[in-house]
Amino acid sequence: MAVSLAMTVNGKPVNADVDPRTLLVEFLRNNLGLTGTHVGCDTAQCGACTVHVDGNAVKSCNVLAVQAQGANVLTIEGLIAEDGTMHPMQAAFRDCHGLQCGFCTPGMVMSAIDLVNRHPGADEATIRAELEGNLCRCTGYHNIVKAVRQAAAVMGK
Amino acid sequence: MGANDTATMTSVVGQSVLRKEDARFLTGTGQYTDDVSMPRQTYAYFLRSPHAHANIDSIDVAKAKQSPGVVDIFTGADLQGVNGLPCGWLITGTDGKPMNEPPHPVLAQGKVRYVGDAVALVIAESPAQAKDAAEQIVVDYDVLPSAVDSLDALADGAPQIHEQAPGNRCYTWALGDKAAVDAAFANAAHVTKIDIVNNRLIPNAIEPRAALAHYDRANDEYTLYVANQNPHVERLLMTAFVLGLPEHKVRVIAPDVGGGFGSKIYLYPEETAMVFASKKIHRPIKWAAERSESFLSDAHGRDHVTHAELALDKDGKFLAMRVHTTANMGAYLSTFASCIPTILYATLLAGQYTTPAIYCEVAAAFTNTAPVDAYRGAGRPEATYVVERIVSQAAMEMGIAQDEIRRRNFVREFPYQTPVALNYDIGDYEQTLDAAMEMADVAGFPARKAEAQKRGKLRGLGYAAYIEACGLAPSNIAGALGARAGLFEAGQVRVHPTGSVTVFTGSHSHGQGHETTFAQIVAGRLGVPVENVSVVHGDTGRIPFGMGTYGSRSLAVGGTAIVKALDKIVAKGKKIAAHLLEAAESDIEFRDGKFTVAGTDRSKAFAEIALSAYVPHNYPLGTLEPGLDETAFYDPTNFTYPAGTHICEVEIDPDTGVVDVVAFSACDDFGNIINPMIVEGQVHGGVAQGLGQALREQCVYDRDSGQLLTGSLMDYALPRADDVPSFNVATKVTPCTHNPLGAKGCGEAGAIGAPAAMMNAVMDALAPVGVTHFDMPASPYRVWNAIRAAHGHA
Ligand code: FES
Ligand code: FES
Repeated sequence: MAVSLAMTVNGKPVNADVDPRTLLVEFLRNNLGLTGTHVGCDTAQCGACTVHVDGNAVKSCNVLAVQAQGANVLTIEGLIAEDGTMHPMQAAFRDCHGLQCGFCTPGMVMSAIDLVNRHPGADEATIRAELEGNLCRCTGYHNIVKAVRQAAAVMGK
Repeated sequence: MGANDTATMTSVVGQSVLRKEDARFLTGTGQYTDDVSMPRQTYAYFLRSPHAHANIDSIDVAKAKQSPGVVDIFTGADLQGVNGLPCGWLITGTDGKPMNEPPHPVLAQGKVRYVGDAVALVIAESPAQAKDAAEQIVVDYDVLPSAVDSLDALADGAPQIHEQAPGNRCYTWALGDKAAVDAAFANAAHVTKIDIVNNRLIPNAIEPRAALAHYDRANDEYTLYVANQNPHVERLLMTAFVLGLPEHKVRVIAPDVGGGFGSKIYLYPEETAMVFASKKIHRPIKWAAERSESFLSDAHGRDHVTHAELALDKDGKFLAMRVHTTANMGAYLSTFASCIPTILYATLLAGQYTTPAIYCEVAAAFTNTAPVDAYRGAGRPEATYVVERIVSQAAMEMGIAQDEIRRRNFVREFPYQTPVALNYDIGDYEQTLDAAMEMADVAGFPARKAEAQKRGKLRGLGYAAYIEACGLAPSNIAGALGARAGLFEAGQVRVHPTGSVTVFTGSHSHGQGHETTFAQIVAGRLGVPVENVSVVHGDTGRIPFGMGTYGSRSLAVGGTAIVKALDKIVAKGKKIAAHLLEAAESDIEFRDGKFTVAGTDRSKAFAEIALSAYVPHNYPLGTLEPGLDETAFYDPTNFTYPAGTHICEVEIDPDTGVVDVVAFSACDDFGNIINPMIVEGQVHGGVAQGLGQALREQCVYDRDSGQLLTGSLMDYALPRADDVPSFNVATKVTPCTHNPLGAKGCGEAGAIGAPAAMMNAVMDALAPVGVTHFDMPASPYRVWNAIRAAHGHA
């Protein structure tokens, strides 16, 4: 028994009939082909699947697609401007070498934007505490923290 | 390369060029295995053993085959004629006999040997349908007693795991001169003894393993996408040893890979079964491990139990070291399992020191646990942990300062032949120690300790002066030691007619940034912009050959193969330039992207030469082939020996046992560096993994049931952003003497130095309360218990 779904993803309206047990991350990856959002765990621990739902960072592996009915969803693919300019957070991750294998990166970037929106002047301790829900096995977090600070300075302007 | 050409390697080499690969990773356009899809693809689910050890009396798949969406189901019975997974290194024991090498079936054959052992492959139209169907499979298990601990498995009366390995012993192996060690101990002024468990770890790359297997009937060809660190080795092992397929009919692609740390080096049962099944069902099959499957079935790391003794003279000079280690191999031998606690461990026990005699004996045991294999550092973190813990303890016992005891024993003359087979080509250990001490502000430590004491906290400082051996080589010596693979690397440089370049490398990047570093090497040498160089890796269909990436070998071995190919490009370019400039070939110099007649201003730009090679109208066709595309294979003459000192500062709350890592300073010597930004990132990541081992991570199997108790990220604590500090890192350079880049490798250093540095800091902090040793991880519970035990509480 499929349910019909309507939401806005990266500014575009989408409609689909899905199995009710479909997770939001599965809907994004399999139905919409937005494979930038990753799955790194099965216990809502890693944050690789983080997207924004109505402006809040959400672990999309822990939300049914139907729970996002009517919502405004933003994924990593939707961050870049029409003219190809990166969001300041994306640019800061590149400038500060805040990524290595890139697998945690989309989720990390989406979480970091939400973090800076909530704590515009966040210091290192706040950034580290706020990123507690996103695991990175490559960078040791050092350059991620640096990137978030750099982006926060740009986003605050 | 010629002396003239060396100067042209300057411009972009040594610069922190931003990474070329980041644009796709930051915009969600990376292509990891699970992002690749094929028309008509099906989905795999693996039914795994819920028991640590059991005979399989029967498997009934009839009902499961009727489950909605099921395409087919395979069990061990369907894989008759398929061989077991091979081990790539044959260890010869002290008895002169080859190690016991029991078969490692792709799907269980009548018996399961660990929780997670694959029993059946279920293929369906969706992942959920495959999983639902697996629940309908009826397996009749006759549960047997199990042993998960290596010492339990080797004890008399332990359950027998493999017929082919009596007493669960894989091998007993030894290295060094036992008589010389015994004699030195007899004359020692002081002997320090330590018992150490190097805790078992689960790698946890954030991308779980994944595969997509496809059989193309039209061409009788297979394509396998797989999250893997060395696709050519994967293909060779799978085709030649297991499935008996023609190697040229199988293409293995390891696209973007989300971290490996060793766990994606190996040939695993899952993708092997999928390739086999893809021909039977004539449809592509896709699988992505759930994290809980990764915990159960990825090759784990470490798991050593060691007793070590160090003999010293009255001045703290090391006279000899004696080590006995029991290593857990898990239920089956994974691809490189056997060489980790031997060839990559015992050989490193000299550390940075002149210890004249060392003897190490290693007993390797089969247990009812997941296979154990290389994990970031692979043998070298274990060796460093033994050496640096015992040296630190000896210094405490003898009242010698931590830096002083190390200085008294440093190797200072190179090349240096250790008593455990290695020959160090170059290093300067005092230099990295001095720099690390300055970075860590060791001079200011007593004041910080006193200040912490006022707040009721215990501060400690710990050192690890590590050495590692990278770029395992050369092939012939490794072969004599039991390696069943070559250890060279291949590189191809294809110059296009317009002068842009594509590089095909056998190294594989799963986060290391080869697309940038290798492009810098090429750009620096040929004088072309970095943007005009593309690096292709991870595809047996496009790359001549490759041994892949592990053991911090990519730059020293893979990078050198590219340099050798560039040498050939430049040599051919000179011939073409000589013809065009009507000069003698020996008079042509290549510099800054130009071929010039020495001492004149007559020159040809690199792009002009490239064009001539492909439009050979004015060209020495009688003596020279057209085209500008060269391949080189490079087999190193020795290991490289990165080394350095890591210093960790911790603050411990004695009331709660919480360890706060307040500072970490690392000064490393990686030889010459192409991209400092990338190198620093490698150190950061390695240190965090090392601190993870020392602070948080611990794989636990239940001793009675053999169940994996730390089977999810809720039970197994990976370091998070708020567990670690920002790191203080720097490098010193003694260039490697035997490769043209002078490079040594940097990928594992952090994970090698950090555990010993941190635990030494913990012991330093706890020395005033009487604690001398406990095993990693220094969780609050263990720290608190150690303090209580030292106070006489049970
Ligand atoms: S996939 Fe790990 S938190 Fe969502
Ligand atoms: S960059 Fe690899 S997990 Fe974060």
